[in-house]
Amino acid sequence: MTVDPGFSRDRRRERLFFLGLAAPAIVIVGLSAAVPVLWILRQSLLTISGEATFGNYQKILSSDLTWSSLGVTLALSSSTLAICLVLGLPLALALASASRRVANFALILIMLPLWTSILVRTYGWLVLLRRGGLVNATLSALGFIDQPLPLVYNFTGALIGMTHYMLPLFVLPVYAAMRDIDGNVVRAAASLGAGFWRCVATVILPLSAGGIASGSTIVFVYTLGFFITPAVLGGGKVNPIAIRIERTLSTFQDWSGASALGMLLLLLVLIAGCAFVAIRRLAGERVRHA
Amino acid sequence: MLDAYRDSKFSRAFIWAVASLVLLFLILPTLIVVPLSFSASDLLEFPPKQWSLRWYEAFFGSAAWMAALKTSLSLGVSTAVIAVPTAFLAAIAINRLGRPFAGGVYGFLLTPSVTPGILLAIGLFIVLAKLKLIGSFVGVLIGHVTLAIPVAVVVLQPAVDRFDWQQTQAARSLGAGWMRVIGGIVAPQLTISLVAAALMAFLTSLDEAVISIFIASGANTTLPKLMFISLRDQIDPTIAAISTLWTVLVAGVVLILNARAQDA
Amino acid sequence: MSAASLPITITGLRKSYGHYVALDDVGLDISAGEFLTLLGPSGSGKTTLLMALAGFVRPEMGMLAIGGRDVTRLPPNKRDIGVVFQNYALFPHMSVLANVEYPLKLRGMPKAEARGLAETALARVKLFGYGARDIAALSGGQRQRVALARAIVFEPRVMLMDEPLSALDKNLREHMQFEIRKLHDDLGVTTIYVTHDQREALTMSDRIAVMDAGRIQQIGTPREIYRRPMNRFVAEFMGEANITPASRLEGQAAASLPPTRLAMIRAENFELDPAGPARERVEISGRLSSKAFRGENWLLNVETLAGDHFMLSIAANRAAGCADLETGAQLRAYAAFDHVHLLEEGSS
Repeated sequence: MTVDPGFSRDRRRERLFFLGLAAPAIVIVGLSAAVPVLWILRQSLLTISGEATFGNYQKILSSDLTWSSLGVTLALSSSTLAICLVLGLPLALALASASRRVANFALILIMLPLWTSILVRTYGWLVLLRRGGLVNATLSALGFIDQPLPLVYNFTGALIGMTHYMLPLFVLPVYAAMRDIDGNVVRAAASLGAGFWRCVATVILPLSAGGIASGSTIVFVYTLGFFITPAVLGGGKVNPIAIRIERTLSTFQDWSGASALGMLLLLLVLIAGCAFVAIRRLAGERVRHA
Repeated sequence: MLDAYRDSKFSRAFIWAVASLVLLFLILPTLIVVPLSFSASDLLEFPPKQWSLRWYEAFFGSAAWMAALKTSLSLGVSTAVIAVPTAFLAAIAINRLGRPFAGGVYGFLLTPSVTPGILLAIGLFIVLAKLKLIGSFVGVLIGHVTLAIPVAVVVLQPAVDRFDWQQTQAARSLGAGWMRVIGGIVAPQLTISLVAAALMAFLTSLDEAVISIFIASGANTTLPKLMFISLRDQIDPTIAAISTLWTVLVAGVVLILNARAQDA
Repeated sequence: MSAASLPITITGLRKSYGHYVALDDVGLDISAGEFLTLLGPSGSGKTTLLMALAGFVRPEMGMLAIGGRDVTRLPPNKRDIGVVFQNYALFPHMSVLANVEYPLKLRGMPKAEARGLAETALARVKLFGYGARDIAALSGGQRQRVALARAIVFEPRVMLMDEPLSALDKNLREHMQFEIRKLHDDLGVTTIYVTHDQREALTMSDRIAVMDAGRIQQIGTPREIYRRPMNRFVAEFMGEANITPASRLEGQAAASLPPTRLAMIRAENFELDPAGPARERVEISGRLSSKAFRGENWLLNVETLAGDHFMLSIAANRAAGCADLETGAQLRAYAAFDHVHLLEEGSS
């Protein structure tokens, strides 16, 4: 039976049609996301008068402000990740061991902050963390402190805000990985004599390593570019790269400098992303042959 | 999963205690703002000594806030109107064209979500500045649509993948062209997902702050941008009122989506 | 492996989930070193009973004692019992050796000693040299054996097995039945085995406890259970039972049977040719409704006038003439009086 020549022509026409369907989305994203980023790259290599140069990079890389903001960025991201691990792992474990109904309800509560405007959330934290705010009032009423703690308009405030933002995004993949663990494997560990914490350490955590890796990647890489939270809760004292970029652009009108910093951020994101993927691969292998 | 450790009461209580505190940590900021919005005083005292609607009046009575609200709402609706059909058609294309194409395009359409917002913001700033579109409605809209498309795609793709495409084969054998099939057969059955995608696109635009800070200005300032400026300067309780309204709106959306998902 | 194994005593065990009663006042005495099978259909409570012994199910009432010690309230990780799960429940992130060493490491054994014992256990289940392998690379039968090795390596006094062979294909299953029984004999460890397959139970057990609806219907040796079932459920569960009111059996010997009782005659106990004195056999007669050749035997379905359906299993080497029988033909079949068993329960 020979294939009808019209058949493959129709197939090709159909494929073109579908390509056409995807075209608007691709064009919009291409023009509005890819082009601007490429433009930043271009801008970073131009002087004010439009000549090609590496001068912008020289300038920002030799500036102390750049390096300190890099330090702040990494400090914020690592600290956020650390706290997310400490707070998120017990939460995910509790959810994974609860019944589906309870877990689903809790998940809605956890997801609620994600749906709330980031401005609303940062405002809530401002209110809570101020000198006269609820947290300080409660702590002093309970007698833990004599003087109100400076919890906001500083690194601590920014950290709290960022952790609050990223925690739901961390918990989700970890929870999913823990849910997937075969209940019988945990029972087997118990029957073999493992106590609760031993079981968590030797069975549950290794088996959720994939989810933990995903969650960690999301937290670290996302927070590298954070702007709003450190801006509002940092009180002007916490200046990660994103704020440096805004400062360079708006205060100094230095498009080229801002672009160079932007490229630096992009580089940072790419390195961090690759690093986490590599760690994940290595971790996967090591655990196998423990 | 942990039924084998039913007896490790102390350990489990510890886990649940930590989990509950974390849960409290997550919802507290959103909830704390609500009673504050009804406080008569501007001192942000908690609990409020006197109740009043003055901050709501301040919000609705302020020309600046109302203009920003109007801008944000129009942007939200426009974003949804543009992003959802675009994402929908792209999701269909991804599903129909399969392997090599699908992964690449899907990943590409997701890049605005993964790129740090600040990069998109300054990139768009530079491009739009050259096009003299800074401060224009269109400029901000472009940014919002770019952010909304990945969100809509993520919502729509599973629904499109779950759809029974054999129906389209039947329709086509009866003589219908593809656009008619998509509009008349596929879309109506995916109404719930389309509505969900529209709501998510709307919320994405409404909440968008970083791009707005750079690009929206003057008459086209968005609500989040105005809130950001206010927050940087002082803690205006009007924002508490706005936040409460926002939370109510979002809770409503979540409930609607949940209810419709139950019906489905 | 020389530790003396322990007897188990179960008294008045009760467990319900809402309105559903999974275990209804179950009591059982298991001797040290015995191989006892809990046999029954799904929902009979056999797995619940096993899980209660393991400590994963907490009964509302009743007592569990192992070696005289009350373990009812003891958490599973303190019971020192070896459990083999239906889906093996191996640790996918550990190698075969690491899986088997796990319980030893938990007990604080030094590395070298643990490794040695683990290797021995693997050799015992015929997996010598498999230590470095990945769990994912093993076949079902191999995984099963790793699960066994892991459960015996720390010399438990009691072993619990929850349908460990149900996921394997027939040939492998029959082979493993012998292997597991041999392992039990070599180690001498008290073993409780759960299955729904009566053939498996008959092959492997010292005693069988047949369960249904949360209760033990009957407990006894395989021969006792098979030949002298107490009620219809046990009779039919163990094989083709042919149960009929004793009054409907014909022949001289049948007259001496109490007519109101139910009689059971196993399919393989029928013959088509009368043999021996008439006073020592019972008869049935009816028409042949179907016949099937199964290789080693013929299965004949006979329908009597009274409406009973009897299934006869005639061994192929004594079935001359079966091939020529036509459906609808009138037939007489004979069973020795000794092979007629009366059920405890009343008629109908």
